[in-house]
Amino acid sequence: MPSSIYNCLSEIGERIIANKDYLTELDREIGDSDHGINMARGFKAVLEKVNPEEQDIGAALKKAGMTLLSTVGGASGPLYGTAYMESGKILSGKTELTAEDMKKIFEASIAGIQKRGKAIRGEKTMLDALIPASETYAKKLSEGSDMIQALEAACESAREGVEYTKTITATKGRASYLGERSIGHQDPGATSAMLTLEAILDYLKGK
Amino acid sequence: MVGIVIVSHSWKIAEGVCDMAREMAQNNSGIIPAGGLDDSSMGTDAARIMTAIREANSGDGVVILADIGSSIMSSETAIELLESEDENIQAVIADAPLVEGAVCAAVEASAGGSIDSVLSAAEESRGSMKL
Repeated sequence: MPSSIYNCLSEIGERIIANKDYLTELDREIGDSDHGINMARGFKAVLEKVNPEEQDIGAALKKAGMTLLSTVGGASGPLYGTAYMESGKILSGKTELTAEDMKKIFEASIAGIQKRGKAIRGEKTMLDALIPASETYAKKLSEGSDMIQALEAACESAREGVEYTKTITATKGRASYLGERSIGHQDPGATSAMLTLEAILDYLKGK
Repeated sequence: MVGIVIVSHSWKIAEGVCDMAREMAQNNSGIIPAGGLDDSSMGTDAARIMTAIREANSGDGVVILADIGSSIMSSETAIELLESEDENIQAVIADAPLVEGAVCAAVEASAGGSIDSVLSAAEESRGSMKL
């Protein structure tokens, strides 16, 4: 039987693959039309390369991260790859995920993406979904919410973050070539980050 | 001798630039391509770059020439992966145009230049005028 972490990665992968055309369409407007294709190729490889019976959450995330680095092909490869690998490092040897671990995953992923992409909040990137989601998650936990309640609120913040990307100019990546013409378009990377969080939530709710 | 890794989204570009650079630097066997993905799609692959750095290194370090977009981020990731595995290979990315930079780097490397002088040779090609 597949492990919990494999099932969670499957939920994420299937969500990304199901949204391949949508993500590519968003990227056609402000990028180079490959985000959906690249991410779908990467997650197809993740689902093939991660051992379905791997119980060690850290090991599964590291393997997923290495696979994304090699197979996505565009900038999302090193960005998501680093996020998964950094998360894997802090969960090495663990077989159960706690609410506190999820907070650490948010923080390690954001730190990894910032280190790799040298971006900050407000530059129309995946960070504009992830940083508000992470802040909401931490706040809800400190107020006594459980993991699912906190993640539900975090997903709402991620969706608001994606909406916010429509109002700002891109200064990183290919979309920055468009300057102010990027206003009005939602960021594909922020969208795939939001889809990832929604898939994790759905997995936890359905478990 | 300083090694050189050519990173491109396209395998053909990486191979072709290596061929050109080798032509200019007869005795340099450490000029290694890292282009495209395993399934032959366009893209950059940090693991492939890491393998190429290992292959290019003969102990004097490696200069990386890269094309556009994610090639830089993937190269940076490859360097970090080597560091995290405690492999003591000095690898640097040249801020230079791919073809001109590769040719200049290859000439300097085959003349026995240090990693710093190979890097400078690549980066000095940035300002070269064509007309």
